[in-house]
Amino acid sequence: MIVMGGSLGGMQSVQTILQALPADFALPIVIALHRPPDDEDMLTPLLRRGCALRVSEVVDKEPIEASRIYVAPADYHVLVEPDCLSLSVDERVNHARPSVDVLFESAALSCGDRSIGVILSGAGADGARGAAAIERSGGTVLVESPATAVRADMPAAALAATTASLDLPLPRIVTTLCELARKNQSGVSHAT
Amino acid sequence: MDSAITALLETVNDRTGLDFRDYAPSSLHRRIERRVVAEHVGSVAALHALVEAEPAALARLAEALTVPVTSMFRDPAFFREFRAHVAPLLRTHPFLRLWVAGCSTGQEVYSLAIALHEEGLYERSRIYATELQPATLDQAASGIYPLASMQEYTRNYQEAGGTADFSDYYFADASSAIMRPHLRNNVVFAVHNLVSDRSFNEFHLIFCRNVMIYFNRPLQQRVHDLLYDSLALWGYLGLGRSESVRFSRHEHRYEPVSERERLYRKIL
Repeated sequence: MIVMGGSLGGMQSVQTILQALPADFALPIVIALHRPPDDEDMLTPLLRRGCALRVSEVVDKEPIEASRIYVAPADYHVLVEPDCLSLSVDERVNHARPSVDVLFESAALSCGDRSIGVILSGAGADGARGAAAIERSGGTVLVESPATAVRADMPAAALAATTASLDLPLPRIVTTLCELARKNQSGVSHAT
Repeated sequence: MDSAITALLETVNDRTGLDFRDYAPSSLHRRIERRVVAEHVGSVAALHALVEAEPAALARLAEALTVPVTSMFRDPAFFREFRAHVAPLLRTHPFLRLWVAGCSTGQEVYSLAIALHEEGLYERSRIYATELQPATLDQAASGIYPLASMQEYTRNYQEAGGTADFSDYYFADASSAIMRPHLRNNVVFAVHNLVSDRSFNEFHLIFCRNVMIYFNRPLQQRVHDLLYDSLALWGYLGLGRSESVRFSRHEHRYEPVSERERLYRKIL
C-alpha cells in the first residue's frame, strides 16, 4: 500500500511518478494533494494523462485493488481502512482537506509495516506527522529531495520528523517504488 | 479495532445508547485520538476512565463522535441539479414529505427549505429533519449560526442557483445569524438514530449526504436498506459528492438522475 502527499509543486511530482510507472505496477497508490475545495474536475484528468494505470477519484468505501491509483476528492479527507477507503469531512488538518497527515496516519494504523509513504514537494509541514507514524509502524518513508523539489518545506519537515526516511530525487523514487512493488509481489507468491 | 477502543465504545453504548461500534475504524480512531488530546489524558484507556467518572466528558466524547462539519449549500452543483431535474417532478405532487437524515446542526435543512421556497414548493412541503444527538438537534432547530460563516454560505447559495438575496433568509446581530422562522415552520425536528431506529414514514425525497461515510460497510448496507424502504416509488435519494449507491445491494433499484451529483431515483 503506497500513500503519497504533496502541496505546491506536488502535482507535477505526482505526474512525473505516475507517467514513469509501468502498466504492471501492482501496488495500489492513494494520493492526497492539497487542492481548492471547489476544484472538482481539474486534478484527476491531469493525473490520468500519460499514466498506464487506472486513475480515479476515491468513492467512499471503495475496495483497495492492485494496480489502481486513487486520488483524494476535493474537500474530503481520505483514510485507509483495513479493506477499503473511507472519506471524512471532519475539520481541516494543517489547513488542508484532504490532509496528508490524515491519509498517512490512517495507512500506518491500517497497514502497519506494509505502508509506504511518499512525501513530495509542498509548502507547509503537512505529512510530517504522518510520515513519522508510518515509520513508527515499521513502514517505509520516501521523501522527494528538498534540493530538487519545487518547494522544499514539506520534504524538509518530513525528513526532520523521521530518522530512517530516504531523501531521493524523483527518478530514484520511481525506481525504489518499483523495487518495493517487486519485493511485495515475490513476498506474496512466496507466502502462497 | 484495538481493544482499548472497543472497550471504550462498549461503555459509550451502555451509558448513552449510542452505538459507534460499526463506524469506519480509521476515522473513528482519529476522532477518539483527538479527544485524548483535547481532554489531556494521554491514552484511550485514560479517556475511558475519564468518561466513566464524568458524565460531562462522556457527553463531549459522544458529541465529537457524531457531529460532522457541514455548511449551507455544500456542493452548489448538487443543488443546481436538484432544482433543474428534481424540483419539476416534485411539482406534480400536491403534498411533499422530505427527509434530511442525519441533519447535524441543520445547514442542509435550511438549504433544502430555501431551494424549495424558491421553486414554489415549500408551502406544500413537510421536511423531517432527524439527528441522533438531542443537543445537536436543538442547535439545528434554533437556526443560529456564526455570522462569520454567512460569507461562505452566501457564496455557495449564489453558486447553487439562488435567485434572491441570501441575507433575506436570516436576521443578523453582532455575532450570529438567525434563520427566518418561516424556514422552520414546515420542518419537524426529531431525534432518530440511523443505526438503531426504523423507517418512520414514506418520503418523496431523502437527503443523506456525508453521513454514511463515517460508517463501515455492513452498517452502510443496513442504512441503505432503511433509506430504500423509506422512499416512495420514484422517490429521490441525494448522497454526498463522493458517495455512491454502487457499493450497496440496492444499486440496481435506483436510476441515476445525476450520477455526477449523486442524485438517484428509486425504481422497481
